[in-house]
Amino acid sequence: MSHASAVTPSRVVGIGALVVAAAGPFIFSDYIAHTLLTQVFWLGIAAASLTFLSAYGGMVSLCQISMFGIAGFVVGNTVTTGEVKGLHLGWNPWLGVVLGLVVATVIGLLLGALSSRSFGIYFLMLTVVFAVLANYFFGQVTNLSGFSGISGIQVHTPGIIGNPNLHPDRLYYIALVVAIAVYFLIRYVGRTPFGIALQGIRDDPIRMSSLGYNVAAQRTLAFAFAAFIAAIAGVLFVWWNDHIDPATIDLDAVINLLIVCVIGGLYKLEGAWVGALAFVLINNYLHDTDVPLVGGSFYTVIGAIFLVIVLLSPAGLLGIWDRLVQRLQTGPPGPAVAAAGPTEESPSTSHEGTT
Amino acid sequence: MTDVTTGSTRQGSRWTPEEATRYASRGIAGAAAIFVLVWVLFWAPKTTYGSAVSDPTDFFKTFLDSLTFAGLLFVVASGFTLIFGLMRVVNMAQGSFFLLGGFIAYKLQQNFAHGGGFGLLSSQVSMWQWILPAVIAAGCVGLVGLGIQQAFLRWNQGQDLRQALITIAISIIIADQLLAHFNAGNAQSISWPGKLDRFVSLGFGGIQYSLARLFMLAVAVVIGVLLWLWLQKTRTGMVIRAGVDDRQMVSGLGVNIQLTFALAFFVGAALAGFGGVMGGSFAGLQVDVGGQWLLNCLVVVIIGGMGSLAGAAVGAILYAFVFNFSAIYLPTTSNNCCTEYSVVFTFALLALVLAFRPQGLLGRAG
Repeated sequence: MSHASAVTPSRVVGIGALVVAAAGPFIFSDYIAHTLLTQVFWLGIAAASLTFLSAYGGMVSLCQISMFGIAGFVVGNTVTTGEVKGLHLGWNPWLGVVLGLVVATVIGLLLGALSSRSFGIYFLMLTVVFAVLANYFFGQVTNLSGFSGISGIQVHTPGIIGNPNLHPDRLYYIALVVAIAVYFLIRYVGRTPFGIALQGIRDDPIRMSSLGYNVAAQRTLAFAFAAFIAAIAGVLFVWWNDHIDPATIDLDAVINLLIVCVIGGLYKLEGAWVGALAFVLINNYLHDTDVPLVGGSFYTVIGAIFLVIVLLSPAGLLGIWDRLVQRLQTGPPGPAVAAAGPTEESPSTSHEGTT
Repeated sequence: MTDVTTGSTRQGSRWTPEEATRYASRGIAGAAAIFVLVWVLFWAPKTTYGSAVSDPTDFFKTFLDSLTFAGLLFVVASGFTLIFGLMRVVNMAQGSFFLLGGFIAYKLQQNFAHGGGFGLLSSQVSMWQWILPAVIAAGCVGLVGLGIQQAFLRWNQGQDLRQALITIAISIIIADQLLAHFNAGNAQSISWPGKLDRFVSLGFGGIQYSLARLFMLAVAVVIGVLLWLWLQKTRTGMVIRAGVDDRQMVSGLGVNIQLTFALAFFVGAALAGFGGVMGGSFAGLQVDVGGQWLLNCLVVVIIGGMGSLAGAAVGAILYAFVFNFSAIYLPTTSNNCCTEYSVVFTFALLALVLAFRPQGLLGRAG
């Protein structure tokens, strides 16, 4: 009902967040800007690749972190030189970036083809298996990594980035710009014929198949595209972290990425970065607390938060936000709205009401 | 009929394209299987033991290792497949149930045998000091599973993704609680009873083999037979099988399907817990092992077919053989090649099965 350019509370908050992010290094401490916020940007990109698959394709893939890791390992192996583990080929950093993205996308194409005929929960299980096997692969194959992983990547970044340790602001802004670009790229892809067909497949694969669409091919392409997005995050990650090892992509990491997406909201693209922010903040400020009564650590807290969100608000924090906004605008929501399964929402229409 | 409908382009050909693909894929799979067989039996240069013909003793040991490992896989995966078959719940906490069972049994055994927190020697452990902790631990894990099902899963029936996410959340919490209360970060091991922890002669080729591993296989076979009898020959089993086919129809006939669900979840979780006791006796326990066992369950049921008991058995055997044989019958000599690539073979097995039968070997289509 509202026009595309209308001022909505979501837009005001979104633009406000962007303004704050753009001024980040000037208003926040070094720790908050470079350690936390840069992390939010790349973690959000990785999460966005899962949210894209889930929101547009109905495919909850748990091997996005593997695609992320594959790109990171490729960069680490190709650009570093002698002093570290791996192949240390010492190639041009840009070549490493391109290779990382290409290899991850090709592997995404392959795994996508393999899993394209599995739906729903079967797809989820299959991707968990891919993820764990990828973790074991890099753990076992010492030519490429081994358990100690690859270090010293920060000194082999492209010239415009420099050593992120010495010039953290550059990486901050590059991660921010890339995150914004990824956001708009996914939004754009969602509006192309491919993206619309993908949403049709999400809602009714049999009908789309009888309309003449090649369901398996569309899902394979979506998977490869998501692998490409995750690979971008992987490249940013190795620049930021200087180091990558198999623990970066183990089952805990798989689940952490899922937590990010679920906390933010699996059905909306913005949720990826909202979830990343929430996760990074919880991770940093609750990490050393002990849980009263039952004992345990940070993971009991995050597991409980995860459980509560899945049980009470499957659309995550953004789902809560949407309900709040709706209540402010139109009074209490009707039961149909509150109880509507988030899977029925179409991300392109539910976000701004652009119809 | 087919020749008439598809016209003249394939006149003379007896196969439809679907049949041709099917036969071609079977041909490829068969050729791969024959190659592997020939490789292992006669060729296998530069491997740990050489070919089976040149070193039959180690071949049979690897064979038995695989078979006994398959037994353990089957116990854990049958619980997973039982829960999935009936309720469509993918229990991502199955690995955590495995760990929980193992650690409860470990604590109990320490108490019963006065271990004082140190590793017990098997000579200090009597048969009952293994069986009793195992049964109690399995029961406890069954109750935990039952509680989770009643508290969180029951009212989300039909929302399979949400249920999977719930079990993931629970597995995070269980893993962290195990770290806090059971010192799960360090590797700990349950002791086999002294009577089992020895080698027996198998009567051919002078092979000595671990009795404990044979016991594990025997227990798995017994559990498999009992499950089969339960599902095929009892009234509850009939209700479960009917529930797998059509849940609403069964409850429409006046059967309390919720009770059956609860029972199946109890048994499925208890099997994971019992598997944890056996796994903890044979390979030790550590918090990371939980993820490994989740992977094992998933691979077994994806290969064998979701919700099928026989599928779990077939999947367990295939996976165990590929897992063990690829680690031993790959060449080792050239610097870093090739046993470290054994994980690729698990993936290849999975890819091969999925490419030809997305529903798994014994799974039902659709």
